Amino acid sequence: MTSTAEWLDIGWVDQIPVRGSRTVQVEGGDDIAVFRTAEGKVFALLDRCPHKHGRLSQGIVHGGAVACPLHNWRISLSTGEALGDDKGCTPTVPVKIDGGRVLICRASTLKAAA
Amino acid sequence: MEHRPIKADSDTREHLVVIGNGMAGCRAVEELLARDPARYRVKIFGAEPRVNYNRIMLSPVLAGEKSFDDIVINDADWYAKNGIALIAGDPVVAIDRAAKTVTTRGGVSESYDKLLIATGSDPFIIPVPGKDLPGVIAFRDMDDVAAMLDAAEKGGSAVVIGGGLLGLEAAHGLSLRGMKVTVLHLMPTLMERQLDEAAGWLLKQALEARGQTILTGADTAEIVGDGRVEGVILKDGTLIPADLVVMAVGIRPSTALAREAGLAVGRGIQVDDHMVTSDPDVLAVGECVEHDGQVYGLVAPLWDMCRSLADGLVEKPTGYRGSVTSTKLKVSGIDVFSAGDFSGGDGCEDIVLRDASRGVYKRVIVKDDRIVGAVLYGDTADGNWYFDLLKKQEDVSDLRDVLIFGQAFASGGGQADPKAAVAALSDDAEICGCNGVTKGQVVSCIAKGAHSLDAVRGTCKASASCGSCTGLVENLLALTLGDDVQSGPKTMCKCTSFGHDDVRREIVAQEMRSIPEVMQKLHWATPDGCSSCRPALNYYLLCALPGDYVDDQQSRFVNERLHANIQKDGTYSVVPRMWGGLTNPTELRAIADVVEKYNAPMVKVTGGQRLDIFGIRKEDLPAVWADLNAAGMVSGHAYGKALRTVKTCVGSEWCRFGTQDSTGLGVKLERMSWGSWMPHKFKIAVSGCPRNCAEATIKDFGVVCVDSGYELHVGGNGGIHVRATDLLCKVATEQEAMDYCAAFIQLYREEARYLERTAPWIERVGLDHIKARIVDDEAGREALRARFLYSQSFSQDDPWAQRAEGAEAEHHAPMARFTPQKEIA
Repeated sequence: MTSTAEWLDIGWVDQIPVRGSRTVQVEGGDDIAVFRTAEGKVFALLDRCPHKHGRLSQGIVHGGAVACPLHNWRISLSTGEALGDDKGCTPTVPVKIDGGRVLICRASTLKAAA
Repeated sequence: MEHRPIKADSDTREHLVVIGNGMAGCRAVEELLARDPARYRVKIFGAEPRVNYNRIMLSPVLAGEKSFDDIVINDADWYAKNGIALIAGDPVVAIDRAAKTVTTRGGVSESYDKLLIATGSDPFIIPVPGKDLPGVIAFRDMDDVAAMLDAAEKGGSAVVIGGGLLGLEAAHGLSLRGMKVTVLHLMPTLMERQLDEAAGWLLKQALEARGQTILTGADTAEIVGDGRVEGVILKDGTLIPADLVVMAVGIRPSTALAREAGLAVGRGIQVDDHMVTSDPDVLAVGECVEHDGQVYGLVAPLWDMCRSLADGLVEKPTGYRGSVTSTKLKVSGIDVFSAGDFSGGDGCEDIVLRDASRGVYKRVIVKDDRIVGAVLYGDTADGNWYFDLLKKQEDVSDLRDVLIFGQAFASGGGQADPKAAVAALSDDAEICGCNGVTKGQVVSCIAKGAHSLDAVRGTCKASASCGSCTGLVENLLALTLGDDVQSGPKTMCKCTSFGHDDVRREIVAQEMRSIPEVMQKLHWATPDGCSSCRPALNYYLLCALPGDYVDDQQSRFVNERLHANIQKDGTYSVVPRMWGGLTNPTELRAIADVVEKYNAPMVKVTGGQRLDIFGIRKEDLPAVWADLNAAGMVSGHAYGKALRTVKTCVGSEWCRFGTQDSTGLGVKLERMSWGSWMPHKFKIAVSGCPRNCAEATIKDFGVVCVDSGYELHVGGNGGIHVRATDLLCKVATEQEAMDYCAAFIQLYREEARYLERTAPWIERVGLDHIKARIVDDEAGREALRARFLYSQSFSQDDPWAQRAEGAEAEHHAPMARFTPQKEIA
């Protein structure tokens, strides 16, 4: 069982465009990018490509991946790993949907700010 | 309802009280009876005044295919025969766990030894104004069906809110009953929980073909009516008249009773593996429960739960371990199936089969050699087979190549190799249905020298239309030639076997109108494309259907989505348009004010004679645009695959060498062509004399003014490979220069591949081709110009003004802010 205190409620899932993303601003740290795929799955990653720190939240979402807007690296939304020939990993943030609300893991969010 | 009197006094067996006379409650009792019919004394309370019926079959009742009697599961005799007391039509309103009693609304009180809660779920009613008007109903029980039948009798229009399983069934039933039906669905895809985008698109097409109106992305604002429902108003202001509104947006576990009784409730009533709640004497099954964090809204898990419950109460406890679910349904005769997790993701491979002519779409998702999900549309015969492989987690690596063709093919002894399957076909077997080409014709065409897919397409037309037989043709090439197959021209991306030109041709020929339609009809191998093909398809459709096609923002690169250039630090730069390179004090002041107000660290004069303001934060963009708009400036599209700038020199007005008004012509050209989307960025320049101060001979379209008129140059490029322009022709008047420019741009827009600038395009197709189309063919030139101007009539809206007014404002602000200092970790 997880108590709600371990999860941060960031809003309605409908607020994230399909095949798009929104961000959560974390004071003193990297933003978190929250993505929604064509099939309604929600994922969260630090908003930072492992390559040159591009804002992944601004990339094109396709299938289960996002293309970084700076140099087109493809990053897996579920693992944060760079796909194809590129190597690198963006930290993921556990996320879940409850009753239409999007919840992200508080501990991972704090880590992002550290 | 007659009940056989229960001799409570003499019956000393444990008393099982069931709250809920629906599918779960009665099934649980059936399971108990099957194991030990004498174990419990059973009493069932039902809220509806009926015996137990099959709720899933309400749709056929609505559609007129069945009557209520047909869907009864257990009739009055069953209750009587098994000594079960039924209190129907009097819902339980309280549970007293200390006293171990339940009380009904009518005041009946009953004590229990074991209590089973099977309250199911309640329809979710969206909290909009007007939701309580008469004529607004849910689709949950027999009373709702009766209300719908009543409304349908009178005819008129119905609006169904919710394009999920239930909503579509309601819509189908009402439509069959003669009502004019509109379905409103909030999401872009119908049944998005069961279907992916491609299958959802097919379903929408099919339902529309059957006369229903389907509005996706439709957000209900209000239900209106004077004393009775009269219509639905959407957030965008659209009013849809309605005599009946069916709300079918979802269901919620019915937990109020359990919650008030103090049982542990999360999303549903929490139960362990034996369906026991936080009170050992209270059990729960069905849609009202939450097991291991999951709630279920389908019937199969419910059967699993009832079995585990009965095992736990009567026999050896086996324990419920959760259910993998599948959905199979038929809407308007269309078969749809989905199972497992079809959202893809890491390590998942999609195997996709699209057969446009048969209206079939199949997608199987494989991870670590096991099936994890499947979506089938139009042909669901293999649904159970995939579901079985999924549940058993069988290794499918041996079947991988033929998996998508289904069980019959995959297990058809010796045919597991697709090449062998093709080899086994007879010579007169049809390969390409679109063009009626047989295997024999393809093989003979290959034997005569067509050694690549493209050559085959060009020679005998096989695979040249919808492309569904591409795999077969490739196999025939491999069979006939062994290793001598030549790879064809580059495909658009890994998602398709078609090249850019084929895709464009088919979009026009088959009159395709949306990205999912292209992906379906051209057999895309991925569910929603990639970052290469989506922007290209978006452009091709935009170019083919000006004013008609709805731009897909999520298929645009960030710069075009945000109308500013992303820079390496994640900030943006903003370039207002300066017509022909001209500016004035008002504009300069506005730019200076923006630079100060938003702390822009740098302003730079660009190569195209514009001012570029750097370091603007994404959140500030709308305010920056509003300020620039206020001074009369619009977006310079410095970010777009679009007309960028028109560079000019001062020309005859000031320059002692100038022969024509190059600045004036530059402004006119820019006014004509700004806002147009192109395959790539597009630059124009106008020089006032052959000294060429505006560097017109390295632009996509350059004008060099001379004494006798205007030299028109095309295909210049100052990029990595510098290319000077080719001279297209010379014209005498400004108007001709403008007309030729418009025609050239349109030819480029219609013929170049996405991300191909004019320079490589001209080198590929040859200058003669361009001259033949623009210079020699006067009628053709005029037609191109007319198409360009028509397209421009839709595209010259300043995107900044729309955004400054708040359009898509949510793209600019974070969804939430988090300040760790104030949080207790």
